[in-house]
Parts: sequence; structure tokens; C-alpha cells
Amino acid sequence: MAMTMTQKILAAHAGLDQVESGQLITAKLDLVLGNDVTSPVAVKEFEKAKLDKVFDKSRVALVMDHFTPNKDIKAAEQCKCVRTFARTFDIDNYFDVGTMGVEHALLPEQGLVGPGDCIIGADSHTCTYGALGAFATGVGSTDLAAALYSGQAWFKVPSAIKFVLKNKPAKYVCGKDVILHIIGLIGVDGALYKSMEFAGEGLKYLSIDDRFTIANMAIEAGAKNGIFPVDDITRKYIKNRFKREPVEYSADEDAVYEQTFEIDMSALKPTVAFPHLPSNTRTIDNCGEIVLDQIVIGSCTNGRLSDLKIAAEIMKGKKVAKGLRVIVIPATNEIYMEAMEKGYLKIFMESGAIVSTPTCGPCLGGHMGILAEGERAIATTNRNFVGRMGHPKSEVYLASPYIAAASAITGKISSPENL
Amino acid sequence: MTNGKVFKYGDNVDTDVIIPARYLNTTLASELASHCMEDIDKDFASSVSEGDIIVAENNFGCGSSREHAPIAIKASGIACVIANTFARIFYRNSINIGLPILECPEAVKEINAGDNVSVDLKTGVITNHTSGKVYKTHPFPESIQEIIQSGGLLNKLKKAK
Repeated sequence: MAMTMTQKILAAHAGLDQVESGQLITAKLDLVLGNDVTSPVAVKEFEKAKLDKVFDKSRVALVMDHFTPNKDIKAAEQCKCVRTFARTFDIDNYFDVGTMGVEHALLPEQGLVGPGDCIIGADSHTCTYGALGAFATGVGSTDLAAALYSGQAWFKVPSAIKFVLKNKPAKYVCGKDVILHIIGLIGVDGALYKSMEFAGEGLKYLSIDDRFTIANMAIEAGAKNGIFPVDDITRKYIKNRFKREPVEYSADEDAVYEQTFEIDMSALKPTVAFPHLPSNTRTIDNCGEIVLDQIVIGSCTNGRLSDLKIAAEIMKGKKVAKGLRVIVIPATNEIYMEAMEKGYLKIFMESGAIVSTPTCGPCLGGHMGILAEGERAIATTNRNFVGRMGHPKSEVYLASPYIAAASAITGKISSPENL
Repeated sequence: MTNGKVFKYGDNVDTDVIIPARYLNTTLASELASHCMEDIDKDFASSVSEGDIIVAENNFGCGSSREHAPIAIKASGIACVIANTFARIFYRNSINIGLPILECPEAVKEINAGDNVSVDLKTGVITNHTSGKVYKTHPFPESIQEIIQSGGLLNKLKKAK
């Protein structure tokens, strides 16, 4: 029977010739990931169960990114717990202040994830690595603890929805608009338990960073994973980067999909998700006048170099609107340094924005930009749930770096066309 | 068999409202429980008692992978969550830590906040003592039941060790 790309990767990692949707399998993992919020719970469970070994110290990544540099004593204790675990088991890929970055920007950059991999991470945005043609999905801390020991995880083989992407996106439209449009179309549970498989001739217009953004937000449609075929854009990105041998899988031509959507990217407009769901989308021309208190440009969704380039080009020589707080967070140290060398950071600071050390920080209402009651932010992040960035009565609007940067200049939700 | 009063919620109850990230700097279950649901129901933590039941509509537990969410619910005394559908990471986390969850749209439709409801987890039978109605749900697949019967994923792993 024909298989989807996801099913092929799962079959190979379960040692089976064939799997079908609904089947329960146990798969071998190429990489297991945890962060400073989810790993302490896993370490506690690992110790409680008296587990005494890690399956492969080179295939574990522990990234201290959510509350780092530590925001308070409790956060410091949590990182200490993970740091001690990493030392005890001599974990190769332990990333702390100085080497850390936002995990889903960091792992691809460090060459720890690549085509054909089967990956779990105790972070819901682990699905980001699907951009590289890997099966990657988010799990919780107990799954992490079990996988640290066994190198395996159980999965129910998902069915899939296919998204055929067509034509070149219009000016000021990028990966963020594609995925927000899709989530608006199918809803926050539109792909529940399923794979989102991306295909079509339009893929050639999507950079690897666009693909990271799209795969990253597959979870916001409830998906188990999002996945892109491997092409020259992928191969160029992983060259001299990916530390293992890539394996390229592709969906069978007659693979069965529950639904197929055709997305004409040339017809898309910049898209904004209004509070309090990522599916609550409006195109930029239907946003009305939304006055803002804060802008956040960063996160595992849009904190990469190309995102900072977009923002810098829009903000160059202009000033941040009076009374607005603009926070730019390069996702990793490598991105930070490149942005510095290219002059982007200077542009941000001259315009009146601030540049933060890499952290997940404000995206999840952790630190570095918490909102007060009644305040509004536009962010290039991934969630706008009640209380996500701070006070339960604050509001988060999700958009691309084009919209976030233009809004930084005007002080209200704006397109670069309005500048 | 569990027996308790019902807290009822709508669609897309996300993990950020089940336990806001500002409290994720602890792994202490009792502390997490004291803030459970506070951004959508500030009276939940003070009025919930052992054996109570959460009933919600679609996509319960969507959002982040934080296991702190099912941990907070379990530690607050909730004996079972009944919903139309669950978000997938929340679903597996609940199984892995032993928080009983059931999908039963018929029960969700008819059960009201404050109703007295009991759940027999072995048979999957839900009884609403307030209305007198009885609902039957599908049992878990065998390999999932194994995890639950072992008392969670790590206990199962320990047995196999």
C-alpha cells in the first residue's frame, strides 16, 4: 500500500516495510530534545524510575532557552538540575548561556537534525525540523525521560493532509503568511493527530527559513508533524552543517491523503492572527486601526537571520513610534553575530528598538517583555492564547517580520506599504 | 470508580490557561495545582475537590507540550477529563502520567456544570447522577492500556528493564 512521506520515515524507524494510519508502532529515534522547562520534570521522573543510563549521549540535545539567562531563583534551580544531569551522563549537546539559542533555530544550525530523521522533543514546536524532510514531533516530559533511556518512542501512525503550494508569493508575503492563512482555513484543530505534508511547484519560492516557519506552526493546527520534501534548497542548507548522513524520503505518488488543499501563494496577502487563537486570522487590509504597546521580533518561528534582515530593511533610517517598546531577539548567537556584522543590530538600536540575548522569553510570557493588563503586542511568535505574553487581559497579534517592523514605525498594525 | 462534580469548559482550552508559563519555574505538583485554570476560571483551584471531573468540548489541551498541564489537573484532584477531542501532546502526556481522559461527545453535549458524574475507567461507562443518563466510551487500544495498567510509561519501561 502506498505511504505518505511521514509514514515512510516512521516505517523505516520501526523496522517495518509497511505501516498504515492508525497502526501503533515503536520507532527508533535519531535525536531526543529537551529544554529548561520540560527537562527538569523528565530528570525527576528518570531518577524516580531509577534509570541509570542514557541511550546515546551524542543523540540527546538539552537546550536552556525558555527562562535563560535565568529570570529568577526557581528558573536557575531548574537549569541547575538539567546541567547536573548533562554532566552526569556526559551529554555532548548541552547548550547553556554562551552556546544556547532558541532550540528550534539552534538544532538545525548546529547540524543536529536533518533529512530522514525521526525526532522527538519535549517542546511542541519540535515539528519545525519537518522543514528539512525529517519526522519531528513534540511530546511531554515523561516521553522525554523514557526516550533518554530507551532511544525509542511509541507512535500512532498518522494520516495526512496535503497542501499543494502554487506560484510565487507576492511582495511582503512570506512563510508566516502561508501558515497563518492555512491555520485560518482549517482551524486550530484542523489537522489534529495528522501530518501536514507540503508539496507543489511553489516550494521553490520558499527559502529554508520560510519552511522552518511553516513547519514550526503545524502544531497550531493540531498536527502531529509538518513535513517538506527534500530538494536543492534543503541540500544546500545542510551541506557542511548536518553531522550525519541524510536520507531522502518522498511520498508515494499514489499515497492517500484525507484532504488536499491547493494554496495559490500569489493570491495571499500579509496575514495577522487576532487574539486569542492563531486561527483567528485577517488579511492586513481588514485589520482596522489596532494601536500597539509592544513589538516582539524573534522566537523559534521568526527569529532567524532572514527575519531580522526583513525587519532591518524596513526600519533602516526610521524611528520607532513614540511610546512603543520594540524588542528584537536574534534566535541564536550565530544569528546575533551575523546580524551584527551585517549592521542590522545597529539599525534596530538607532531606530529606538532594543536587542536581547537569545531566549524564548516573551513568546511564552516568561520574561524579557511581559505585557500589563490591557496592553497589546504584535509579535512574530506562534501563539496568542489568553495570557500568553503576560496579563490575562493583554492581547497578542501574530504576524510576519514585515508587518511587525512596519508596525514598529507607525505604532499600529501596518503594512510596509503604509510607510 | 470516581464520583464528583463537573467543571465545564468550551473549545480549545489551551495549556497556557491550564497552567500559565509564569508558573513553569517549578515542577512541584501542588504548587502547579494551586494555579490550575486560573486565567479562565479563577475559582477553580479553590473550589475543586478530590474526584471532580472536567468536561470540555473540542481540542482540550492544545498548545505547548508542557506536562505541567496534566500534572496540575491531576494534582488538583480531578479524577477524569471528558472531552469531544484532545490535542495530541496533551493526550499522550495524560496517558503517560496516568491522568484518565475520555473522548465522549454525547456526554459532553448533555452534561452540565455542577452535575454529579461518576466514571468507571475499567469499562469506560460515564454516569450522570443528576440527569440519570449513562454513556459508554471506547476502551483504549491494548498497548495504551498496558501503559495505563503499569501506572505510566516509566513504570512500564522499568518492568521491561
